[in-house]
Amino acid sequence: METQKKIGVIDYGSGNLRSVTKSLEAAGSSPDLVTTVAQLEACDAIVVPGQGAFGDCAKNLSASGMWDAIIEWIKAGRPYLGICLGYQLLFETSEESPGTKGLGIFPGKVVRFTPDAGKIPHMGWNQLKDTTGPLFTGMDADPFFYFVHSYYPIPDDASLVSAYCEYGGRFAASISSGAIHATQFHPEKSQASGQALLKNFLKSLN
Amino acid sequence: MLAKRIIPCLDVTDGRVVKGTKFLELRDAGDPVECARAYDSQGADELVFLDITASSDGRATMVDVVSRTAEQCFMPLTVGGGIRTVEDVRTMLMAGADKVSMNTAAIHNPQLVADAANYFGSQAIVVAIDAKQDGPGKWRVYTHGGRRPTELDAVEWAAEVARLGAGEILLTSMDADGTCDGYDIGLNAAVSERVSIPVIASGGAGTLDHLTEVLDKGRADAVLAASIFHFGKYTIHQAKEHLASHGVPVRL
Repeated sequence: METQKKIGVIDYGSGNLRSVTKSLEAAGSSPDLVTTVAQLEACDAIVVPGQGAFGDCAKNLSASGMWDAIIEWIKAGRPYLGICLGYQLLFETSEESPGTKGLGIFPGKVVRFTPDAGKIPHMGWNQLKDTTGPLFTGMDADPFFYFVHSYYPIPDDASLVSAYCEYGGRFAASISSGAIHATQFHPEKSQASGQALLKNFLKSLN
Repeated sequence: MLAKRIIPCLDVTDGRVVKGTKFLELRDAGDPVECARAYDSQGADELVFLDITASSDGRATMVDVVSRTAEQCFMPLTVGGGIRTVEDVRTMLMAGADKVSMNTAAIHNPQLVADAANYFGSQAIVVAIDAKQDGPGKWRVYTHGGRRPTELDAVEWAAEVARLGAGEILLTSMDADGTCDGYDIGLNAAVSERVSIPVIASGGAGTLDHLTEVLDKGRADAVLAASIFHFGKYTIHQAKEHLASHGVPVRL
């Protein structure tokens, strides 16, 4: 029998995490909110949701001491799911907060959509293209997910990309590298496709 | 391709849906949470709760409604009505809303839009604009559910709230609202051309062609509709199939 993996949702005080925890519950786990390094160490996998601005998030995570712990966690190859800002933070810098360093796990930068892409924020349901990797197992081609963001990462290493999306050009909608996964879209707001993705993430832990 | 969104709107007072929904076979058609779940399963792209409660007791009820909905529906949820302060915004977001819509308070205190956008991000802040035509190509902003005229021009006000940090505009034509004769295409096109944030068209939907028209000619990014869905005239899925058959990108 599989034992239930302990999922920690990193709470850095930037807002409501109810939809993230509830959707993880609906996908079959019992997540706990994590606010300290000690709590983090007790987890089998962590989910870093994203709300607010890049700079504030980095500041709050540093203040709680979790910044370095998350870097070590990821470098040790332990399971990670980043959502929105939890995706963008994996890179080195962001145009949203010049001067603030990201976690720097992957080389690359976070840039803002240019006005010719369309309305900003890119808000609503958009289709993924060229999905690959464990998060998308069993899903139809070109699934719709819910996006709301004005910035997106450009990974230097294109082999990390597990899905693209079109908005005034192609951008990397998600990445996967070993047990590290991250999405620009919001699985917790993406109804059935979001649930399928979260279940795939949970399955990948076994 | 980014899909055009279809957003049902539920008017709620004292924790109950006002215009009783007659679609599907709901155990309690007046329960906002049950209505939200039904729309969720129909494939609505988002949901809006408009709180029209007058009393403060009712407000606390609304927080509970939002919280219970957010626990069961994994779709974006906007709450509007009676939002006056940054604290009101915070309360609704913490209860589980993804976006909060403000109307009269933004007009009386435009700094509220800027402050709320600063604290919570533009993506969480919707400004609702109620507009009535004033002359050819001119629309005036009204408050208090369309009863009180202001000095504001709707297109200029839309540009101003976008500048202040609003992430989206919910644009209601007071002329079209309740008529079922179609959206105000001119108003929607004028605002959508002026601002670089998404515009949700509201007021006037009676047929599925009305949805097509405002998303196409009216250049809206999303449509808000109440009656045509609540009374079971059409399902969300029928609406989307109709739009798709007319070349409008939707999530089916």
